[in-house]
Amino acid sequence: MSTMTLDAAERTESARSELTGKKVAVSQAEVRKTVGQPFSDTAKLRMRDVNVFYGESQAIHNVSLDIGRNEVVAMIGPSGCGKSTFLRCLNRMNDTIEGCRVEGELSLDGEPIYGAKVDVVPLRARVGMVFQKPNPFPKTIYENVVYGPKIHGIASRRADLDEIVENSLRRAGLWNEVKDRLDKPGTGLSGGQQQRLCIARAIAVSPEVILMDEPCSALDPIATARIEELIDELRENYTIAIVTHSMQQAARVSQRTAYFHLGHLVEVNDTETVFTNPEHELTEAYITGRFG
Amino acid sequence: MQTPTLFALLLLLILVAYGTGFSRALSAARSRGGLRNLASLPSYHGLFAALWCGLPALLLLGAWLIFDDAIIRFMVMHSIADKPDTIAGQNLLYAQIQNLSAGHLIGEASPQLQSAAEHLNQLRSNANTLQAFLILVLAVGLGAFALLRFSPELRAREKVEKVLRVILITCACAAIFTTVGILFSVLFESLRFFQSVPVSEFLFGLHWSPQMALRADQVGSSGAFGAVPLFTGTLMVSAIAMLVAVPVGLMAAIYLAEYASKRVRNVAKPIIEILAGVPTVVYGFFAALTVAPFIRELATSVGLQASSESALAAGLVMGIMIIPFVSSLSDDVINAVPQSLRDGALGLGSTQSETVRKVVIPAALPGIVGGVLLAVSRAIGETMIVVMAAGLAANLTANPLESVTTVTVQIVTLLVGDQEFDSPKTLAAFALGLMLFISTLVLNFIALHVVKKYREQYD
Ligand SMILES: Nc1ncnc2c1ncn2[C@@H]1O[C@H](COP(=O)(O)OP(=O)(O)O)[C@@H](O)[C@H]1O
Ligand SMILES: [Mg+2]
Repeated sequence: MSTMTLDAAERTESARSELTGKKVAVSQAEVRKTVGQPFSDTAKLRMRDVNVFYGESQAIHNVSLDIGRNEVVAMIGPSGCGKSTFLRCLNRMNDTIEGCRVEGELSLDGEPIYGAKVDVVPLRARVGMVFQKPNPFPKTIYENVVYGPKIHGIASRRADLDEIVENSLRRAGLWNEVKDRLDKPGTGLSGGQQQRLCIARAIAVSPEVILMDEPCSALDPIATARIEELIDELRENYTIAIVTHSMQQAARVSQRTAYFHLGHLVEVNDTETVFTNPEHELTEAYITGRFG
Repeated sequence: MQTPTLFALLLLLILVAYGTGFSRALSAARSRGGLRNLASLPSYHGLFAALWCGLPALLLLGAWLIFDDAIIRFMVMHSIADKPDTIAGQNLLYAQIQNLSAGHLIGEASPQLQSAAEHLNQLRSNANTLQAFLILVLAVGLGAFALLRFSPELRAREKVEKVLRVILITCACAAIFTTVGILFSVLFESLRFFQSVPVSEFLFGLHWSPQMALRADQVGSSGAFGAVPLFTGTLMVSAIAMLVAVPVGLMAAIYLAEYASKRVRNVAKPIIEILAGVPTVVYGFFAALTVAPFIRELATSVGLQASSESALAAGLVMGIMIIPFVSSLSDDVINAVPQSLRDGALGLGSTQSETVRKVVIPAALPGIVGGVLLAVSRAIGETMIVVMAAGLAANLTANPLESVTTVTVQIVTLLVGDQEFDSPKTLAAFALGLMLFISTLVLNFIALHVVKKYREQYD
């Protein structure tokens, strides 16, 4: 696993040039490889040499990473370093952006994610997503939760749907708060409740992986704590990749942490290692607050 | 002094007041060490002086222009001893006096008229002098007053903002009062109409034939004012138009907003909107000369009877005219649906069309309904196309191949040509206008209400 380490002198050189604000030469950037343990023996999601382009400009450079079964991987890094872009590759949400191109090998349980023959509809049912801003549909709470099961034909009988709604809301920790007002609009809930509703909505289609893009950035500390607890519970059944701006959050919910910098995956390690004893200077600079 | 000269002079004074206020503020600021020590910026001090100088004077000038004729007339007529009793007679007399004073009366004028005309001339020239004097004194006086009030602590900005607000409110009110004014004038004429034709006959009568006998001995035309055939005609043409415009416009909007790439969108959107800029008379002859004959031929070829002017032709072309209206309003509301909702739906594995059908359109629906209602009121009020393509015969029919007539068409035909302004035939136009006004008002009201409701959801 540690075959990915890089010549120490070269690494220090490239880190220093970035810290002093000098432009990194392309050749140097290409040479940079991820330090730490980007791979896993029980990979659920497997990404190799992923490059993402928005038109001409490259947002992700040669990223390779595994996300293990029932593992929570946190992705951190300064704004604009490509965390969201990378996350959105995993369920092909980048397809919806005009001019966005993804290269590399990505697979879910060994099956390719990209490819002419791959249908994104079942893929997205298996890889659910929770967004930065809570985005419940302007429908009732009940309708929000059954939306996915209905379009995928998972259930259509009222009794089955009722069961799915209760199950999903319970797992999202929202059931007790909303069970008496399932027919009220989901948009009328508080921010934290809306985000949990979105999680329930994602769970309702029984995904295997849940992607979360800064799910707590619009929430207050109490709602945030509630969702962090929830993520920990969800880990039993799901594989989770979470982008976060809060290092405390990454430390609390994840087993491994990936540090992105300017479109490169700089370091992946056990969360504890990353926050107590980072291998790479850039990671250290970030977590000690020297930039970000 | 002539009014334009006076006006120009006034503008000059305003400029001077502005400049003086501005420079006084500037020099005060300089002596106190910077603009920050003034309560308001120099431009506000300038505006403050300019408003004091100009606004009252302009208002007075305006009032003067509106009222001076009436006052002068009153004074002239007051000075005449034996004037006619009737209003018409008085009008005639005053017209004569006016002509005489302007120097082009033909024939003999009585001494009384002569003296009245002189009196008029005298009053006019006095009024003119008085006007110039008063207005200039007012402008200079108030301008000087404002400048004398100047001090660095003067809160000129707040006062100017207040005045500007009042000016804006006045303009807004002008628009509202115009609407109300139109409504009332139509309403009163309609009431006169309903004195000769009962409301129930107008609203529920099935026969429309507004020709009245001009002379007592004329036969035949007694006039029938049952407007139901016009209402049904209007409804049919509008319904056909909406049947064309709503699906096509809506789907065009969905394509543009959800499917088209940026490049297609940038080209297609303006092209569709050009349709909205075509004058309706062009649509009218397109309907009358191309579409209507085509429909008739088509109908005859399948063995149907079709008249050369038909509700179908007018409705189809009107629908085409309204497409850009529907599509651009729908496009706006569809674009206003947050991208995060689409992402949410796509992220759950919806296909694009499921996303559009189950999330985007329901979210945009209130706005779309509002847009469609606005389009309906447009269709009801549309005139030129139906005048040219729908016909004049007030048929009570459900067959779109027959010619029908609409409320707007009848208003036009009732008012075209020489009219007596108090015959029921002419007044009927006002009653029809009132119907149009009420129905479009109600539609617009509902539509705006719906649109507003929708806005609240996302803002
Ligand atoms: N839709 C887009 N079109 C073009 N460039 C984009 C788009 N989204 C993101 N980018 C660019 O890609 C880079 C990574 O963005 P993003 O993945 O959003 O970063 P992060 O989530 O880490 O803040 C940024 O430089 C950003 O400007
Ligand atoms: Mg982001």
